[in-house]
Amino acid sequence: MSTRTRTRTEAAARRAARPAKTNRIGLEKTAYRGRPSTLCKGCGHDSISQRIVNAAWEMGLDQTQVVKLSGIGCSSKTPAYYLGWSHGFNSLHGRMPSVATGAIIANASLEVIGVSGDGDTASIGIGQFKHAVRRNLPLIYIVENNGVYGLTKGQFSATADEGQFLKYQGVNDLPPLDICMEALTANATFVARSFAGDPKQLEALLKAAFNHRGIAVLDIVSPCVTFNNHDTSTKSYGFGRANEIKLHDLNFVPEFEEIEIEDYEDELEVELHDGGSIILKKIDPDHDPTDRTAAYNVIQQSLDEQKLITGLLYINEGEPTLTELLNLTDTPLTHLPDEKLRPSREALEGVMATLA
Amino acid sequence: MSVAVREAPIVKPDAPAAVNDFAINVATANGSGSQTSNGVLLRALFKMGIPINGKNLFPSNIQGLPTWYIIRLSKDGFLARREMTDIQICMNGRTVAEDMERAAPGGIVIYDDSLPVANRRKDVTYYGMPVKDLVKEAKLPHALRDYVANMVYVGVLAELLGIEPEEIEAALLHHFEGKEKAAGLNMEMVERAIGWASAHVGQHHGYRVERITGFNEGKILVDGNTAAALGALAGGLSLASWYPITPSSSMAESVEKYASTLRTDPDTGKATVAVIQAEDELAAIGMVVGAGWTGARAMTCTSGPGISLMSEFAGLAYFAEVPAVIWDIQRMGPSTGLPTRTSQGDILAAYYLGHGDTRHVVLFPANPAECFDFGRIAFDLAEELQTLVFVLSDLDLGMNAHISEPFAYSDAPFKRGKVLSAEDLEERQGSWGRYMDVDGDGIAYRTLPGTRHNMAAYFTRGTGHNEYGYYSERPEDWEQNLERLKRKFETARQLVPRPVLDEVEGAQVGIISLGSNHNGVEEARARLEATGLATNYLRLRALPIDESVRDFIERNRIVFVIEANSDGQLHNILTTEEPAQALKLVSMAKCDGLPLSARYIVGEVEKAVEEALI
Ligand SMILES: Cc1ncc(C[n+]2csc(CCOP(=O)(O)OP(=O)(O)O)c2C)c(N)n1
Ligand code: SF4
Ligand SMILES: [Mg+2]
Repeated sequence: MSTRTRTRTEAAARRAARPAKTNRIGLEKTAYRGRPSTLCKGCGHDSISQRIVNAAWEMGLDQTQVVKLSGIGCSSKTPAYYLGWSHGFNSLHGRMPSVATGAIIANASLEVIGVSGDGDTASIGIGQFKHAVRRNLPLIYIVENNGVYGLTKGQFSATADEGQFLKYQGVNDLPPLDICMEALTANATFVARSFAGDPKQLEALLKAAFNHRGIAVLDIVSPCVTFNNHDTSTKSYGFGRANEIKLHDLNFVPEFEEIEIEDYEDELEVELHDGGSIILKKIDPDHDPTDRTAAYNVIQQSLDEQKLITGLLYINEGEPTLTELLNLTDTPLTHLPDEKLRPSREALEGVMATLA
Repeated sequence: MSVAVREAPIVKPDAPAAVNDFAINVATANGSGSQTSNGVLLRALFKMGIPINGKNLFPSNIQGLPTWYIIRLSKDGFLARREMTDIQICMNGRTVAEDMERAAPGGIVIYDDSLPVANRRKDVTYYGMPVKDLVKEAKLPHALRDYVANMVYVGVLAELLGIEPEEIEAALLHHFEGKEKAAGLNMEMVERAIGWASAHVGQHHGYRVERITGFNEGKILVDGNTAAALGALAGGLSLASWYPITPSSSMAESVEKYASTLRTDPDTGKATVAVIQAEDELAAIGMVVGAGWTGARAMTCTSGPGISLMSEFAGLAYFAEVPAVIWDIQRMGPSTGLPTRTSQGDILAAYYLGHGDTRHVVLFPANPAECFDFGRIAFDLAEELQTLVFVLSDLDLGMNAHISEPFAYSDAPFKRGKVLSAEDLEERQGSWGRYMDVDGDGIAYRTLPGTRHNMAAYFTRGTGHNEYGYYSERPEDWEQNLERLKRKFETARQLVPRPVLDEVEGAQVGIISLGSNHNGVEEARARLEATGLATNYLRLRALPIDESVRDFIERNRIVFVIEANSDGQLHNILTTEEPAQALKLVSMAKCDGLPLSARYIVGEVEKAVEEALI
């Protein structure tokens, strides 16, 4: 499916009004919850979990067809706290992408969410992260980025700011890796940055990510209130609130909703693979998220100016996904009967004849 | 054209010839195309009905370093490596001096006459081949000359020994997959060499090959890696993920090669199997675990350094109880060791791989047909037991061509283990625990992602969990889970392939061995029996061991545990698991990078027996 963008001057969109209590498959929001969280009170990760619950409920996702995978860390514990009807796998530190690759190949009809931390992705898992991106895995890849190792109690991660001070480790004198930049250089087809404390934007991005055909990388700044929430850190609530610059006001329109007119101006509508579309209301009129160079520039600008520039940085709906490249049967491999999973007697005998 | 140098042939014209019973060692440089010539020789001899085996001793190098290929012909059907060389071919200037020393007294040395030949021995016959001249006369395209040069020794051997040129031609066509032009170019060189040899060498009286029947009919010639790949493809493989490493790469490449022929869905023309070259071995096993958890049959193949990297996932698969299969085509360790030499040095590592308390099912195929069967059986076991299964092959079995029984097609239903469907859940009204031992065999029920029932989901973790899969740090939960995993391992003892026993009435000396040592052991037993020492033999095909191993040890006064590593790793496991009989077990471990020979085994057994153990 190719990328289609359209600039509208008058057109506007709005979600159709929905019944307050149940979603389009008749479920209440509580049905999308998981086990009670065991994270610290106020942890940004819990806000993100809440956004996932909301987005999934509003979209009317069938949880039995969703899989939640994670690595190791406070962030990677969170899949236990939402979508209780979905299978989850809290795997190994930094190795979620490979587990996701196997799961997706095995059953390409599943909707797969991968959750990771900044240590999990940018430190131990940087290799698997970049290769998953490079393969354009059909995966929503969420990094809950707090610039610190939460679960092991406050060491620097590879996204920690240069010059940042932590109680136990002193001053960090290495420059940070930028998740969005790393994703972009690895040819990501969907790169977005958001903030755990920005529910509206985050939910719109999550919904767009669900509708994207390839890998959707969401770098979400998610303050660790216990080990890294000083205002000097770019991963703190204070910094996020004071310095967040939104690229666009976002709205997501699922395929099953009608687009209604509202008084938006200077909009860009990006049609997504599954028929939905994300509508960007331009605050910065120069950023076109289908322009890779522009995306690089925005990220560089955010690094230079130490500002949290959030929104959809880049999207490309035109690249084939890994499962498409593999040309697998439409029936998921896990659903194939035995006789489709082995050669015929004649076919094997044919090979054996060449060995005789 | 130069003239063959013939010096004092030891074998008198009327001496009885060694027919179909000698060994040829071909010394060449790596990357010179000798693989084609050697493969063609082996196949031609195979097609003449002669029991043969070929062992490629190659360096970790792409071009230039010395390589040896040893072809053994055995009229009695012994297929192990033979230590003695009767006919030495010298094509490599760097090693020609030591190569010439290798020929046994009475043997033959055939050499490229442009190589420097220093000391001539009196006890061997020398033939110098005018390789350069013959190649020049053949008027070949320049680029091909070096490759086709190796066909000269094929032609000379054909004439000298009586290998049928028609079989050489057929083998060439087989090698080039029916491409007549390529086969023709090579055959032309072979014929020129035959012509030269018939004029200047003639047929040798000491060594002959003759077409025979009774051995190779109905058999195939195949390496273990190809067999394993075909077995996996026939066994329901859905995902093979791998990272290149000798000697396992050719297994993954064979999966890739045969996948489209064997596993394209005839109805849609689409693939029913995926092959992924991962970014490293951690990712390769991670993909296998992800696919196994989702309900597909997935496998990775690697060698020692790879399983070191896979160790954390091995532990996870064990504790989270995810089906997964790792083929370890063993090479010499430690570290990267000798990457192109064979060994059985990963037995302990594989059995215990992981941290905390882990023990895995490990299978030991001994021949290509068993590699094929284990391709499927490993998946059956992994899914039945919901665990990681290792298959330990080695470089000798995996990369060298062996005469094999044809592979047995199986259309038995795949054993997919205890999986609850949405209907099953409905029946149980959603009441189930992922890690609950309902049947008492230690194996719990699982559901697959995507099962359309809102009670199907569970949360998988390597961390502590209770019977329902919930996070738990309660000591009782932890202990109970480990107890159940032990019960499951006891179940595994009964499910894995049983040992193969061969016992002789009255014999009191036992041999336990595994994998590719089989040919050496069989030959050694025959030779020992000929000297009056009959032995009993248990070929172990899997860990964990079952009671038949204990019974076997009990029936013998002494048991030699023969393996191709330095620490006696299987011996170590057996003494741990059978402590009451540990003193009966004698380790016979050898690790020099070469497949075990009968000569070594016979020597060691005789020595031990002499040392008054019996
Ligand atoms: C192989 C391995 N090494 C180290 C650890 C210890 N460990 C657990 S979580 C973690 C860091 C997690 O940091 P991050 O991914 O940023 O997650 P957060 O807790 O900050 O959400 C580490 C180093 C581990 N579990 N596995
Ligand atoms: S330590 Fe930090 S990251 Fe972990 S739960 Fe607490 S606040 Fe969240
Ligand atoms: Mg972190």
